[in-house]
Amino acid sequence: MKTDLYNIFDTEWVPVGDWIEATLKYVVENIRYIFQAIKVPFDLVLRGFEGALTGAPDLLIYAIILLVAWQAGGRRIALIAGASMLAIGLMGAWEPAMTSLSIVLTCVIFCALIGIPLGIYAARSDRFWLILRPILDLMQTIPSFVYLVPVVMLFSIGNVSGVIVTFIYALPPVVRLTNLGIRQVRPDMVEAARAFGASRRQTLLKIELPLAAPTIMAGLNQTIMMALAMSVVSSMISVTGLGQMVLRGIGRLDMGIATVGGLGIVCLAVMIDRVSQSFGVSARDRGHRKWYETGPVGAFYRPLAKFRHAAK
Amino acid sequence: MSDPQIECRALWKIYGKRQVEAMRAVQERSLSKEEVRDEYGCVLGVRNVSFSVERGEIFCIMGLSGSGKSTLVRHINRLIDPTSGEIHVAGARVDRMGETELRQLRAEKIGMVFQHMALWPHRTLAENAAFGLEVRDLSPPKRRAAAEKALAAMGLEGWADHYPDQLSGGMQQRVGLARALAADPEILLMDEPFSALDPLIRRQLQDQFLDLSTKLKKTTVFITHDLDEAIRMGGHIAIMNDGEIVQIGTPEEIVTRPSDDYVREFVKGISRIGLVRAETIMTPLDGRQATPKTISTGSRLDAVIDLFLSDQQPLTVIDPLGSAVGQITITDALRALRG
Repeated sequence: MKTDLYNIFDTEWVPVGDWIEATLKYVVENIRYIFQAIKVPFDLVLRGFEGALTGAPDLLIYAIILLVAWQAGGRRIALIAGASMLAIGLMGAWEPAMTSLSIVLTCVIFCALIGIPLGIYAARSDRFWLILRPILDLMQTIPSFVYLVPVVMLFSIGNVSGVIVTFIYALPPVVRLTNLGIRQVRPDMVEAARAFGASRRQTLLKIELPLAAPTIMAGLNQTIMMALAMSVVSSMISVTGLGQMVLRGIGRLDMGIATVGGLGIVCLAVMIDRVSQSFGVSARDRGHRKWYETGPVGAFYRPLAKFRHAAK
Repeated sequence: MSDPQIECRALWKIYGKRQVEAMRAVQERSLSKEEVRDEYGCVLGVRNVSFSVERGEIFCIMGLSGSGKSTLVRHINRLIDPTSGEIHVAGARVDRMGETELRQLRAEKIGMVFQHMALWPHRTLAENAAFGLEVRDLSPPKRRAAAEKALAAMGLEGWADHYPDQLSGGMQQRVGLARALAADPEILLMDEPFSALDPLIRRQLQDQFLDLSTKLKKTTVFITHDLDEAIRMGGHIAIMNDGEIVQIGTPEEIVTRPSDDYVREFVKGISRIGLVRAETIMTPLDGRQATPKTISTGSRLDAVIDLFLSDQQPLTVIDPLGSAVGQITITDALRALRG
């Protein structure tokens, strides 16, 4: 090989691309079954959500969303959620919206299940956090197109692969904010728990997690928003839903269908964002009312409590 | 008579990665705080401290911020592990306890009150107060009963279902006290409990605590940076500086016989009037004639002054057995007042 000092970096000195390709080829040929096994839980949850959300009557789902929104954030949030979902329904994007929603929900469940424990451990161990941080940075900054190919090769195409791609992209905020939330708990609160004989586990469950809950919920909210933002990108590996409408619109230069898909994503985002944010409001800011004293449950509970009180 | 509930012997705490080396060096070469920091990069927190607290007394540890008093008190329930030394609490060696034993000790025998209350904002007052019982898995009705009793003892009946942020600072610290008392521990550790409160409320809480203390007779270690408070509260006072105890004594001993300039500086502004006893300021009779006006040895300076207000005849000091042991002239009294 003739080296040209003038354009020295035109030569590929370190063949990173070849290495990656070789590794991927090896993995696909030999241990693909591991990845197929990883797929199973994602598949199960996703199919559950999709079946329920697309199978049930539209109006029933609509009513459930309204009730959940009312319970989480009161009438104002219920109104916003109701309007957004109504818009989606009237535009005829209900079915793909439900698919997108089930992908987002599945993704959030796994992000919470894996991200919160990771965040807790990161808050406990500085060394673990030191290792984890660059990995999270990488997950957030690497363009998602880059890992579309290996994901397809390992998990094949379809909605489950979509959930996995989205999971990689949306996991970091919940880990980061869980870590932050727990580190931000006032040290004397933790010390007081220890002083009264609490074990580390009890301190975590009874003091640290409840105090960090609003921050953790903010992380989950971020995760949800990022999951939604992925829906167009993931439609490139034939994930259905609102993202696919947008992609189809782009492919056929059909402005109408692309806009409907886009607006649908926006409306869905508004609904999910407001509802999930209301879950994160601390009891203190709600005026110390228990959750069952508010919303639709409260509407049932309050007369019942009054009745029981009168019976006494 | 002597029945120590808490005893620390030759307690050392050195912070830093090389604490063991630093510890050895300090003991062999008796390095100063600065030398330890420069040579080993370690911070000397507590330096060779020994003291004992009698059952039922209030023992004050007084010192400025950074003197190591908060560090010291955290050794008693081992929120901080000592580098070396012995800690005896209620007959047990705390420094040798395992995790489970230690948790049991904290939950059952030692209650703690913190400077900034450290009440948990997401729990009701009852849930705050009953936390020590909750971690021991007591049944909810028992917890509730203990919490309500403790809150009532601090004058907070009917507040059980409120949250800390609905209370004023003074009330919050009463919850802090109720939490410490709920498990009916033998020992109370109070880390500057009233420092964050305004003076009027502080005074009220001091009185309330003293009242409660004479009733409950809990062995108490009371941390403060305020010598006035230490004198009001303490049966004994230990004065700390730079991680060492400079002097231990009764309030009167500290005020009348400060051991060094550091303590002298502190007691300068302290009023002696309710503190100094007749016995301390009298001169021996040495054959002088006993005067008709008498006062007992244990009377305080304010009683002495009251007697001088009517006339300036010297006073004869009578011991508890009734014999004359000394005399106080008005000059003695004035000198004592001046310090």
